[in-house]
Amino acid sequence: MDTTFTPLLSLAGGGLIGLAAVLLMLGLGRIMGATGLVAGLLAPASGRDWAWRAALVLGMATGPLVWLAATGTWPQVSVAAGPVQLVLGGLAVGIGVTFGGGCTSGHGICGLARLSPRSLVATLTFMASAALTVYVIRHVIGA
Amino acid sequence: MRLALPYLIGLIFGLGITLAGMINPAKVLNFFDIAGNWDPSLAFVMAGALAVTFLGYRLVLRRPAPLFEPQFHLPTSRAIDARLLGGSALFGLGWGMTGFCPGGALPALGTFEPAVWLFLSAMLSGMMIARMLAARLDGGGPQPFSA
Repeated sequence: MDTTFTPLLSLAGGGLIGLAAVLLMLGLGRIMGATGLVAGLLAPASGRDWAWRAALVLGMATGPLVWLAATGTWPQVSVAAGPVQLVLGGLAVGIGVTFGGGCTSGHGICGLARLSPRSLVATLTFMASAALTVYVIRHVIGA
Repeated sequence: MRLALPYLIGLIFGLGITLAGMINPAKVLNFFDIAGNWDPSLAFVMAGALAVTFLGYRLVLRRPAPLFEPQFHLPTSRAIDARLLGGSALFGLGWGMTGFCPGGALPALGTFEPAVWLFLSAMLSGMMIARMLAARLDGGGPQPFSA
């Protein structure tokens, strides 16, 4: 499916993502990484530790609803993958980010902002792997 | 009050993901599809997020402590090893198969799109499987999550 190039909206959205990362560090001293956030929900250090993570995820999920309230339309979520692909892909993401110690937000934004060589290697690896996967699915298999 | 701050931060993040278009797997996949319908938007998301985070962290991490916690919790692992490379490669495979990464899928929960729930259920299962595998590889003790 074709999507429109949206440089300004995407830059502004990225700015908000960065603002959230900075505020979380300022307020709670935590890295804004979705992997670590969810990992702590699955195995929280304490009830209090669980609560702030749950509140944050709830806030994230409110994002599209605020969008709906402001614009009158749902944000577009087009999923080409079928159920089997979603389950296999979801398993790969879950196992991968756990062993890799982070994902796009944790390594790709917070880690790179801290100039972490580990995060740079992780980011280059998952970006290259995702690009290769998309190439194979769209241009080799031709799905 | 204690939970209002993380909720608000999550909301800013979720709005950012929505505004940026990263909530839409098709847009994410088109970023990776340089040979096809290339949509470079994701590079602008990363640029915007990195610029703000880089500058903001410089200011915040100068403080002795965050506002509402006794200390900063920063990742300590610096290892660049097979686990980092293999894990990241596997993550990229799943991201490329679906168009969902964890930070894109969590805000997408709010759209009530069934595909998001299916993906996230599988992702959570994968995380639990990986924790068990890692504990076995390490000979006991849960694997600490970093980054």
